[in-house]
Parts: sequence; structure tokens; C-alpha cells
Amino acid sequence: MIDCVENRLLTSRRGLLLGGASFAAWAYLPKFARAADGRDPRLVVVILRGALDGLSTVAPVGDPDYAGLHGSIALTAEGAHTALMLDSFFALHPSMPEFARMYRDQHAAVIHAVATPYRDRSHFDGQDVLESGYAGPGRVQSGWLNRALEALPRGERVSSGLAVGPTTPLVLRGNAPTVGWAPVALPQADDDTAMRLVDLYRHRDPALASALSQGLQLDKVASGDDMKPKPGNQVAQMRQVARGAAKLMAADDGPRIAALAFDGWDTHANEGGPVGRLAFLLGGLDGALAEFESGLGERWRDTAIVVATEFGRTARINGTDGTDHGTGTIALLAGGAVKGGRVISDWPGLKLANLYEGRDLKPTTDLRSVIKGVLQGQFGLSDRVLAETVFPDSASARPMKGLVA
Amino acid sequence: MARDSQAALVALNRFGFGARGGASGDLINAASDPRGFVKAELARPNGVLLEAPGLQSTPQLGQAVFAYQDQLKQAREAAKETAKAAAPAEAPQQAPTDPKPASRRNLSLNTVATEIAGQMTEAKPDTMQPNTAAPPAAKPAPQPLNVIQKTFRAEALARLQRATLAECGFTERLVVFWSNHFCISASKGELARIWAGAFEREAIRPHVLGRFADMLKAVEQHPAMLFFLDNQQSLGPDSRAGQNRKRGLNENLAREIMELHTLGVGGGYTQEDVTSLARIITGWTFAGRQGQLGTPGSFAFNANAHQPGAQMLLGKTYEATGLAQGEAALADIARHPSTANFVATKFVRHFVADDPPPALVARLRDVFVKTDGDLKALATALVDSDEAWKAPLTKMRSPYDFLVASGRLLARVPEDPGAYLSSLNLLGQPLWTPAGPNGFPDTSAAWAAPEGMKLRLDIAAQLGARLGNNIDPLDLLEFAAADAASIETRKTIERAESRQQALALLLMSPEMQRR
Repeated sequence: MIDCVENRLLTSRRGLLLGGASFAAWAYLPKFARAADGRDPRLVVVILRGALDGLSTVAPVGDPDYAGLHGSIALTAEGAHTALMLDSFFALHPSMPEFARMYRDQHAAVIHAVATPYRDRSHFDGQDVLESGYAGPGRVQSGWLNRALEALPRGERVSSGLAVGPTTPLVLRGNAPTVGWAPVALPQADDDTAMRLVDLYRHRDPALASALSQGLQLDKVASGDDMKPKPGNQVAQMRQVARGAAKLMAADDGPRIAALAFDGWDTHANEGGPVGRLAFLLGGLDGALAEFESGLGERWRDTAIVVATEFGRTARINGTDGTDHGTGTIALLAGGAVKGGRVISDWPGLKLANLYEGRDLKPTTDLRSVIKGVLQGQFGLSDRVLAETVFPDSASARPMKGLVA
Repeated sequence: MARDSQAALVALNRFGFGARGGASGDLINAASDPRGFVKAELARPNGVLLEAPGLQSTPQLGQAVFAYQDQLKQAREAAKETAKAAAPAEAPQQAPTDPKPASRRNLSLNTVATEIAGQMTEAKPDTMQPNTAAPPAAKPAPQPLNVIQKTFRAEALARLQRATLAECGFTERLVVFWSNHFCISASKGELARIWAGAFEREAIRPHVLGRFADMLKAVEQHPAMLFFLDNQQSLGPDSRAGQNRKRGLNENLAREIMELHTLGVGGGYTQEDVTSLARIITGWTFAGRQGQLGTPGSFAFNANAHQPGAQMLLGKTYEATGLAQGEAALADIARHPSTANFVATKFVRHFVADDPPPALVARLRDVFVKTDGDLKALATALVDSDEAWKAPLTKMRSPYDFLVASGRLLARVPEDPGAYLSSLNLLGQPLWTPAGPNGFPDTSAAWAAPEGMKLRLDIAAQLGARLGNNIDPLDLLEFAAADAASIETRKTIERAESRQQALALLLMSPEMQRR
């Protein structure tokens, strides 16, 4: 009898997790925040952990140095798996057709050559800066999205900020209450983690390496080819996460602000070009954005999604067909509230002399300016609050104007 | 004395449950005096006993099961009566069923949450995860736990908390060792499940640093063991009960006493000896719900079921002294040279290596013989041996060890045993429920199997996803291994793409998996 209780608990380990208060927690975000035009704005922050290769996602195919630097994984505007031209200079990765459509409909935009103020190469610290909103990795236990939530006037009872996933990401942690939701089967070990572990075992513990590889192999055989969306794989999970979050946010009294994170962007080896590992992940991200669009329904009109990563990757391909930790990268905006159809960039160029430390796309735009622009456009937060509270000591990074329609 | 992190690793992992995270300073303490760190726990009087509010004695628990079973029976009978009475009448009028609300617009959050939650099982607060509360609106409330389930979970929790909080964990590891040596299985039935924790508390713990002969007697007279190996059904063929009921001997317990608990296979006993011991211990039972033999749920000697007469066992005659006949036999078996050898081998295999170093086994066997089975002396001799400190760390942590070590490193004291119990089920080591009376396997091959490793990784990834956000994996590596960590492990953790991933990799690292 108890066995069945325990089995139920077993499955629930992958089940619904609600953090903090109940769904109808004290609301910071007024419903119909923009009474003037009757809009009820929503904001989703998507964090890509592992440092996305912005030069492979939105490729500067018009830059004469791009193809040489990015080598075998460079995107091209011709041939099989053609990249999707966004303008005469930038082309989008072919595994993101939904984003391309949103872009054509002026509901998606790219900001290129962006970075947080962080200039070193540690994921942990880079993510700290990205999410805390402070200029350096200071171990602050609150995130900029939470502080933005706190700075909003209190209004009608809508739900608190929504943390999607097994825990609240730092960006949404803080004084303002949050709720959490995670879909079933979200926290499985992904391939990347498994491969890193196999690699460690190969060097330190061959017996465990062979046992684990066999175990993974069995699992693969049982679930078929891993590069197609199907229940349980990473692409399917990304869509599932987005679908659930969209559903919650679409409710009249649902959360207006959500944060989620997708892992796996640390492409040191076998990154792939128009097809391969990165393509697989970008397909998942593209699917997730489409799920938000369909799941939010009429609310999509009032929504802005910000996709950001802790830093970029080296401009030059490395010795294992991948890229190493870099600096400048992209941010993506999507949603009906976005004034899209543009790649916004003060393009630094990829000449050796123009690269940051001779290796990376040089950042010319502060990611905080982008995020501030979105927060201001959606919720009307003042320059002062943004510069002092949300992103402390960031007055020099002025909010980017006109990102939100 | 210089800090010796490698010795600290042995102290904490080979002998204990791994370093605790947070402010414990376990690794530093273990490094400055490795042997002293391990042996400190052996010196604590009554340190092995486990008493927690709400944990009850075996007779109390037995009565709780009997009462629960009576309750169910009454409820069933009442239901039968009601059904009989209601049968001729018309079925009660049903209210018109509401069609599913068609409107998809303006859904409220609770509706959405219910809908999403409806596809999932209900989440229980889970000790290994922070930040949880009940779901907003789950499926129909689950059945409340019955007394058996509640007891099992309370016993499990008390054991897990003790293991998590222990400084080194050596004595808790000894408890687990002896509990597995003298295992019962909770799957035997309701009594075994409710008694599993009490069995360990009452028959194992008081003797872990005492005498083997005392543990043996306590185990073989414990109602849980008598129930698990069917001795309460065994009747002396010539006893009064045996003649009346035309039933006879059950050799199960007698065989396992000699094969698994003392002499070991090839320990010099014959089928004759098994039968003889079975006869000797007839009448060893526990008092049933009627209480004719004593307090319900307590050990009892049923003279009516006991085979009369003297018995020959292992070349010695045991006179007909009733209960004392069996106690004398057990005392002798405990002292048998085969027992010393069997116990020493198993002990060294568990703590040192799958292929136990023969010299160490011989030394421990001699200690066992010389001290008349003093288990504290046995444990001390192990810690004092050089082999135990020099042998490479090649043993694979069992699932239980792995989960406890992870909980300790993450400095999370369990408040609910659910996550541990379900993970143990998943990893093939359900708590107190081995597949047979020989207990869970104790070799690396058994626990480093392909599917097991894959599942461990999944669990580590889940822990990483839930907890990685709030920790610095490199700090944890310092707590766990400091400079004894391999360069490769350190680099793998440093280069992980997120703290979550880094934590999963740390928990799976050889430093955490091997002991």
C-alpha cells in the first residue's frame, strides 16, 4: 500500500512546484497598468545559460570577416540550409522560422553586439551579473526583475511574478513575492551534462565511464533518435515549459511577469552550423516563442519577451568545431508589444583590431539599456528607478527608446 | 601535523557519510586527526541509540496494526450491510451532470492551474527542494496515510536525520551495515513494514558497539525477524501444538541464522544441523492480537509449540531447557570460528574493498575471537589498521550512502522522507526492503551498473536544478574534498555552464561516488 504512495511521490518529484505564496498573492503589478491605452502589459524574460553564440544565431553574413572567423560553422545566405536574411547584412539561423515570421510581422527584433558590464569569462559570475543587475558579481540575493516588480505601483489582485522551473532564478528572486511552476519531467539530466560527466569519468574513472555510457546508450535506444522533438527531449521540454507558462499568464488574474531559463548553450565542441547541436537548441527556443504566441492568444498583443544570455562566444571557431567563452552577443525581443522588424546594432566589425581582446565580438550596446528600454516601454518605470533600484549605478546605460510599440 | 586531505577523504567517505556542507568544518577536522575523527563516535555512550518523539516500541506498533486491521474489517462488514440494505431500493436520483464549462475565455488562474495540475500527480513538500508549498488546486485529495505508512515514514525520517546530522557518520554506517547483515524486508507484510524501523532501533542499535552474541539473540528473538522468516508458524512436530494441528517445522529462520547471520555458506554445518536448530527454536514467536502469550506484539516463548527433548547441533547436545535451549545454541554459534571469519570478511568487504585484503580479515577475525565478539573492538581494529587507510577509494557508494552524502554536503536536514524513499526505490535500494534475506549487495559492480548510473545522474540533475541556484559549487567541492579533489573534477565543475549543472556534476564526481 505504501509502495503506491511512494510511487506517487516519485512521479511528483517531477511535478508541480509552487514557491512562496499562493497564486493569488499580493500583487505589485496593476492590472491594466497602462490605463491610457487599455493595455495590460506582460513581460517574459528568457535566460539562455551557457553563453549563446550570437554570431551563429544572427549571423553578420555581410561582414567580410565573418565567414573566415566562424569557419565551418558559419551560416551562409545560399546553399542548403540557407540562413534567413533579416536585412542586407544580418541573417537568422535557419532553425528559427517562427522568429523569422514574427520579425517579418514586426513583432520581433534583434539587438546585436550587446553585453552586460561583465568582462570576464566565468559562467557563474556572468550569470550573476546578468540576473542580479549589478555591475559585478557581488552575490546579491535579488534580481533586477524582482526589483522592477517591487517598484511597480500596487494594484488589483493579479498573481505574483512567475518563476518557471524547479527553482526561482536569481533574476526573479527578492522581496516581491513570486510563484513557481515546473512541468512534469523538466529536470532530467540533459545530454550536455551527461557528456561532461562521461568525459570526467573517462579521465578519472574508466569503469564508471563505461557504465554510464552504456546506461545512456540504453536510454537513447529506448527513446529513439535524440535530435527530433518528442516527449521528454530538450526541445519538447522547452516547448512544454513555454506552453504551461503562457497558459498561466493568459489568465485574467495570472502573473504578468515571468522568468525562465533554458540550459545547454555552452558550445565548446561540435557546435554545428545550420544543422547540429546549436541548431537543435535554437529550434527549441523558436518553438518556445511560438508556444508563447499561441498560448497567450489575445494577450500576445501586450507581451514582450526578452531573450538574453550571460555573454557571447569567441568570434573564431576553435579546434573542436565549437567556440569558447566570449563577450559580445545578441539579445532577442519578441511579442506583439515589440516594435520589431529591426536588427538594432552599432556594428563594431569583425576585423582583428576591432575584436574585444582580439577574440570576441566587441560589445557596443549595454544589455541593461535594452532591458531598461523594455521595462520602461511596458511598465513606465522612470529613468531614476531604473538607474538606482532596478540596475544600481547604471545611469550611464540609458534606457533604449522605442523598443515597445 | 600537516593537514592531510586525502586521509580526510578516507575518514569521511570510507568510514562515514561524507562531509557536511555549511559551517561544519568536517573536512578540516577530519584532516587534522583522521583516525581520531572517526573514532570519536565510538566513544560516545549511547550514541548509537535512536529515540525520537513519536517512535514507538514493537508491541505498541503491533497493537496499532491489529487495531487498524480490525477497523478495516469492521468498515468492510458495515459496507456489506449497507449494500445489502440498499440493494432492493432504487438508485438515488442523480443530479444532472454539469457539462464541462465551455467557456475558454477569461479563465481564472485557479482554473488554469487546476487544469495544468490535473495532468500531474500532486506534489508533496519535498525536503530536498526549497521553496515549495502545496499546489493551488490539486486532483482529489490523496488518501490520508494509514498508521503503517505514517510509522514507516517517521522511522525513515528519524534515521535519515540522524545520518545527515552525524559528525562523521561512522556509527550510523555501522548501523546500516548490521541492519543489512540481519535484514528483514518490509515487503513481507504489514507487520514487517510497521516494525522495520523499530527492529533496527531495538535489535541492532543497542549492540552495534556491544557484543555480537547479544545482537544475534536480540535479532533472532525480535518479532520482526520471527515474522519475516516465518518462525511463528514453525511447530515442533512432537509438541502439543504440532500434534494437534498436524503441522510441523519451518526451517527458514534456522537456515538463515547459520547461512547468513553467523557461520556462512560452507561454515561447517549440515542439513541435519539446520533441522536441529529449527527444532531448537520452535516456540520462538510473538504474542498475537488475543494476547494469550503475553502483550500483543511482544516476543513470546510458546512452550506448547516447542519441540520437546534434547537436540544435537554442530556436534554438541543441548538439553531440553525450553527457551534457554535455543539461547545456549545461539551463544555457541556466535562464538564459532566460522562466524568470526564470516563476519570479519563481510566487514572488511563493506568498508575497505570488494576483494578484502586477507591479512586485514585475519586480524579482525582474531580480534573477534579474542574479544568474544566485541563489535566496538572490531570497529576500532578496522580504523586502526593501515590497510583501511591505504586502500584506494574504489568502493561504490550504495544509493542510500549517495543520497545521504548528498544531503549532508548540501546541508539539508530532511523534514520529509518522501524524496529519499522514492529515490531509493528508483535506484534499487528501497529502504528496509531487500529482495531476499541476504540483504542488499555490497559490491561496486552491483551499484555501478549502467541503468543505475543513468538514474543517479538524473537524480543528481534534479538536485542540481532545484538547489544549484543557491550554492557555489566550488565552495561545495572545498567542503567535500578540498585539495584531494582531482584536477579533472575541479575543472569539470569550474567549466560547467551553470551552477545547476556544476552541482549535478559534483554530486556525480568520483569523489562523491567512490569511497
